[in-house]
Amino acid sequence: MNVLLIGNPNVGKSVLFSRLTGLRVIASNYPGTTVGYTQGKMKMGEAAATVVDVPGAYTLEATSEAERIAVAMLETGDVVVNVIDATNLERNLYLTLQLLERRKPVVVVLNMWDDTAHRGIHIDVARLQELLKAPVVPTVAVTGEGIRQMVEAIPSAAVSDAPVRTRDERWATVGRIVSEVQRVTHRHHTWRDRLADASVHPFSGSILAALILAGSFYLVRLIGESLIRYLLDPFFQRVWTPVLERLSAALGGGGLLHDAVVGKLIDGGIDYVQSFGLLSSGLYIEFGMVLPYLLSFYLALGLLEDIGYLPRLAVLVDTAMHRMGLHGYAIIPTMLGMGCNVPGIVATRILESRKQRFIACTLISVAVPCAALQAMVVGVVGRHGARYVAIVYGSLLAVWLVTGAVLRHTVKGFAPELLIEIPPYRLPQWRAVLQKLWTRVWGFLVEAAPIILGTVLVVNIAYSLGVMRFLARLAAPVVTGVWGLPKEAVTALVVGVLRKDVAVGMLAPLSLSAKQATVASLVLAMFFPCAATFAVFWKELGVRDVLKATLIMVVAAVAAGGALNLVL
Amino acid sequence: MRVSLAGMKAGQSGTVVEIHGGHDAADRLAALGIMPGRRIAKVSAMILRGPVTVRVGRTHVAIGFGMARRVFVEAELT
Repeated sequence: MNVLLIGNPNVGKSVLFSRLTGLRVIASNYPGTTVGYTQGKMKMGEAAATVVDVPGAYTLEATSEAERIAVAMLETGDVVVNVIDATNLERNLYLTLQLLERRKPVVVVLNMWDDTAHRGIHIDVARLQELLKAPVVPTVAVTGEGIRQMVEAIPSAAVSDAPVRTRDERWATVGRIVSEVQRVTHRHHTWRDRLADASVHPFSGSILAALILAGSFYLVRLIGESLIRYLLDPFFQRVWTPVLERLSAALGGGGLLHDAVVGKLIDGGIDYVQSFGLLSSGLYIEFGMVLPYLLSFYLALGLLEDIGYLPRLAVLVDTAMHRMGLHGYAIIPTMLGMGCNVPGIVATRILESRKQRFIACTLISVAVPCAALQAMVVGVVGRHGARYVAIVYGSLLAVWLVTGAVLRHTVKGFAPELLIEIPPYRLPQWRAVLQKLWTRVWGFLVEAAPIILGTVLVVNIAYSLGVMRFLARLAAPVVTGVWGLPKEAVTALVVGVLRKDVAVGMLAPLSLSAKQATVASLVLAMFFPCAATFAVFWKELGVRDVLKATLIMVVAAVAAGGALNLVL
Repeated sequence: MRVSLAGMKAGQSGTVVEIHGGHDAADRLAALGIMPGRRIAKVSAMILRGPVTVRVGRTHVAIGFGMARRVFVEAELT
């Protein structure tokens, strides 16, 4: 049996899906978190059923890509679990009526039931069930309340005999049902309502945005730095170094195998940044430098997502984003891209036109540094002073704005306007925030970590085969002539095709000047998408677009790196 | 008084009377509950022709400036 979870955006379908299947999917407090569908299994009595988390839809008239997917998936379902935000019955019931008209057995789930009480909303569930002629179950997906009753109600769902209505008739019917089953008692405006309104006003909203972004930045740094200083550096220095030293001695203190595994000895000892062995720099880049910032970044992002702040930020930046042919909601893929470009590029599906998607994907690949890259820039360039880190960020911001402005005028297509629902602020649930953090960090550990280690290994093999020396000679004119870097830096650029964090790490042994490290980091961030980004860009927008974007990146990197080399 | 959503003052309420522009925009707005006959209240407007935000029923919606100019409302005097 195929059970579809269908409902308006941001009503808790993904949370319900995780509850039913035990699979962890990312859930957040903004419309459009789920852009593709996820499938899982759940037990229904003795039998197993397939559950599908369908992207949110307001209507089956398909006004967006997510709705087109939902309509197409509807055909494949045996039963529809229609998830409704119980605090917003009126808007949600429109889709319910459409689903009933499609002659599918429907179970109606009144989710966020706990929220109705303190919003002064009273719903007569029994009467609603009579009027819809479908089982209606109140649930609180985040706590699991009502889930069992919902599953038990599935067999009793029957095909409805609801007449097919026009849009106006449907809204009129919704109105009649709501006036009959819902009673709203007056309540005072809460601080949350006031804060909700204040965050989309030009003045108070801008101040709030500055505070929230500064606070998030501070939180990311505080947690990331503390983890490194008090946990990871002591661990590597006190526990891991002695192990490696013994291994180094056992391997004879040098030679091909020694350098690949332990790395080159620097002044007779292991230097985690410069040695570049699999078990020294390989592990240190991954766990000692990248992981702490990844953790702190995703914690901050998860909080912003679950509070429901991101759609408000979209309203504030809308005008600025129009200058780049985008609209405010493009800030969401951009923020996700600051964790990892891959989910950022997938999230551009929330944008309506192909022009917008191409611009957003290109801008993410060229100018939005992922958390791993940022951690390494802070680690490597930061040694020369915070000023140089700021220059890298400032340059990327400038590249983002300029490239966007150019693409807006050169890419064909149309740029629809912002039209989004702003969710209510919600207090983040710690369990949910930590679970999401774990899902993302685990994703990094199983997907990115092996590539990082593999890259370090490939670097060692390439060095010993003389491949790198050959490439260095080949690329010297641009690397040395335009960017003012030593020709050995080309090896870092080559590695950047696989992993940009490892690439920045490779700059460390080159003893670059502050200026060179700054230029090299900027160029590395921009010049080519990493392999994973390239692959997902290809999958999302096709080979032509990814090649176009790559060309833009190479040109922009040569120009921006050259300019910075002249200016600094 | 008939005004567009862009011309309405923040805090003002009214009834949607007409939506200009293509079917596409009208359909997307209708999906969120913004259609002729509906009560609507303007919450805020960003400066520099930024988006406006409105409340329809219990839904808070942000609408780009260009689209807001095509939604006409019979506004109540406040």
